[in-house]
Amino acid sequence: MAGESRPTEMEAARFKAEVLVHLDAATNLARWLLRNPVEAEDVVQEAVLRAYAYFSTFRGVNARAWLLQIVRNTAYAAMKRTKGIHMVNLQDDQGDRDDHARGVDLVDSAGDPEMLLMQHEAARQIDDLLAQLPVELRECIVLRELQELSYREIAEITGVPIGTVMSRLWRGRRLLSETALAKEAVR
Amino acid sequence: MSMRDGCDKILLLQAEFDGELDAAQSLALTQHREGCAVCRDAWQRLQATRQVLREKASYHTASATLMARIDAALPALATAPMSVPRQASGRAVQRWSLRRWWQPVAGFGFGTVAAAVLTLILLTPVQTVDLADLVVASHVRSMQAGHLLDVASNDQHNVKPWFDGRVDFAPPVKNLADRGFPLIGGRLDYLQDRNVAALVYRAGQHVINVLIWPSAETAALPPEPIERGGYNIVRWQDGGMNIWAVSDLNATELKDFVATWKAHD
Repeated sequence: MAGESRPTEMEAARFKAEVLVHLDAATNLARWLLRNPVEAEDVVQEAVLRAYAYFSTFRGVNARAWLLQIVRNTAYAAMKRTKGIHMVNLQDDQGDRDDHARGVDLVDSAGDPEMLLMQHEAARQIDDLLAQLPVELRECIVLRELQELSYREIAEITGVPIGTVMSRLWRGRRLLSETALAKEAVR
Repeated sequence: MSMRDGCDKILLLQAEFDGELDAAQSLALTQHREGCAVCRDAWQRLQATRQVLREKASYHTASATLMARIDAALPALATAPMSVPRQASGRAVQRWSLRRWWQPVAGFGFGTVAAAVLTLILLTPVQTVDLADLVVASHVRSMQAGHLLDVASNDQHNVKPWFDGRVDFAPPVKNLADRGFPLIGGRLDYLQDRNVAALVYRAGQHVINVLIWPSAETAALPPEPIERGGYNIVRWQDGGMNIWAVSDLNATELKDFVATWKAHD
């Protein structure tokens, strides 16, 4: 790192207050992307170091989205590198277009879906369902439902248009809801 | 069944659910939803899915090990002060653990909000400090450590009797846990020279305060949304009671809570 312009002490203090306060959010996203605590910590650490190195060039206002974007990119790079993570190719563009064209659904149901979902006692079960979602859908669900981010922030972090975010969210939610139902049905 | 018989407004419905629509779009969508069985059903599923995710899915926070690793990798950060660039030199610099700077920041953020609300109330000319300001102040105060609950219980049969003798009316206490809004307890609060009952509900990571006191009129009034200082309020009258729900939930979600509350017996 010698020779690089390092953040000043002032910037270091700002980095703590604006970026590092989102370390939990970063950790949560990395854990859900990688589904492995050790790799997730490596990714978060790498992402924080990167963020720190680039912090002097950060001009935006939303430091949380900025950090999460770096975490996501680092996580995807790690997944490619290790190939330990199963990357699902959903042909999302096609799916996204279809959703816009004819509307999608999640509304067939035998029985009361709400009650069935609710009766899913163990947290482990919803964790399993979420972990099994294709990564593109999983990240949207995690950012929306667990981090409570807006569509715009999710679009920024995942690098896709808002329409795609909407459609992925919808498919993720539908899959979760349907899988929960199917599990319930085979009991 | 039915991947085919969806509704072409379904992504709009989802946007409404996520609080992404403006008031006009939201109104149009609400009207559509009333007549569309597909959308009503989908809304239920969205709620159920959100509830399970927010209540049961794991949220992974940074471990002490990770924070120590970052501390070790970025010593400049570990020693940098929170906001002031100068550090006493010559003295052995104590290493800040990440946990230590973490908490003051959270506290600072919260203090700022509380101070802002207080300032709003103190500086606003007297005649414009209305009930909505007081209700928001009550909500903000309740979020400070130790102020939220006088009685902690998720059972309305414990909460309701607790108010006996503390207020001179019987507030309607409902547990909406099976609708995604678990009751977590109650509190005695004070608004405009009178005791009011505060019921406290959780919605995901958010808290909803429902303040209740007797109304002078017996006529029911429909819910009216109010936005104040970044908080959302819905107020209405029912059964001879003034009822005000206040939260940092977005307007759509709070509206949804109120509809659920009103529909529940």
